[in-house]
Amino acid sequence: MNSLVFRLTLPILFGYLPLGMAFGVLFTTQLDYAWWAAPLMGVVIYAGAGQILAVSLLAASAGLLEVFIAMFVLNARHLFYGLSLLGQFRGAGWRKLYLIFGLTDETYSLLTSRARTQDRLHELDVDFRITAFNQVYWVIGCTLGALLGRNVAFDSTGIEFALVALFIVLTIEQFKALGDAFPVWAGAAAAGVAMILLPPAHQLIGAIAIVTAVLLLQYRHLRTKSIAEGHSHG
Amino acid sequence: MADTVYLAAFVAVAAIATFATRIIPFLFFERHTEHPLIKHLGRYLPAAVMALLATVFLQRSGDWSATVPGLDAILAGMLVVIIHLLRRNALLSIAAGTAAYMLIRQTGILDSGLAG
Repeated sequence: MNSLVFRLTLPILFGYLPLGMAFGVLFTTQLDYAWWAAPLMGVVIYAGAGQILAVSLLAASAGLLEVFIAMFVLNARHLFYGLSLLGQFRGAGWRKLYLIFGLTDETYSLLTSRARTQDRLHELDVDFRITAFNQVYWVIGCTLGALLGRNVAFDSTGIEFALVALFIVLTIEQFKALGDAFPVWAGAAAAGVAMILLPPAHQLIGAIAIVTAVLLLQYRHLRTKSIAEGHSHG
Repeated sequence: MADTVYLAAFVAVAAIATFATRIIPFLFFERHTEHPLIKHLGRYLPAAVMALLATVFLQRSGDWSATVPGLDAILAGMLVVIIHLLRRNALLSIAAGTAAYMLIRQTGILDSGLAG
């Protein structure tokens, strides 16, 4: 099973190692704290953009309330991710807290896009391993970056495109599985609107809020239509 | 010493704030898992979120001050789409797109090619 999980998470390895390293390098070159604080943050916080923001907050010795608000707002898009996984995570037992803790953009993408069998317990086990593998990649990246600092020799410029490519592939897979292009176009359009109207830090949450509103309108529209047609299944 | 205390408090607060964003839906909507509205969102939201993540991060990986703005990201992105539609092998599509993007970025081949 681990080799299947490794194959599934390989694109994330290519994304998380360089991004984790970028965070680690930033951490050791910008701050005076011990290097091991960087992997520690990868273990207990585990958020890409969040940890990079944390470096600038640490550098500014920001107040703790400010830290809480900044991290919460930056990660607010995750509020929407759980909605698609309420049923899927049911009965996960002790694994559930970790599955929720590890719900990054990339893990969410894999867990909602991959093919699943009827064997729920087995699938939850695979979900759990995917989440753990991803976090291990991230922590290794944070550690390497923090230890190597400025001495990173390998020119990996551009390798983080693996995550963009992963999102593109998963969009295609989601579209094929649904057989409905509406949410795909709605998502892309919402991203376009958010990118025009909002500064980069708020674009993701803005786009998710817009597309959720669109899906709510679609839901209302479908419901009124099915009631009007007289076969409401309440 | 004070620094270590601040760092520990900082990491704890940042971890709690991040975890809060991930667990809140499970705390407040767990009992409504079967509600048709939650099922509707559960069904369509992942596709919409995937498309918007792809769009936002594709835009961010583009060099918009180049001769042809964003061409690096658009070419690599299109390569991913085409290879994926042809072969439907996720790893192959991702590897090809990433390799193409790295090549474009590291050699500056687009700008020199167009200028020459």
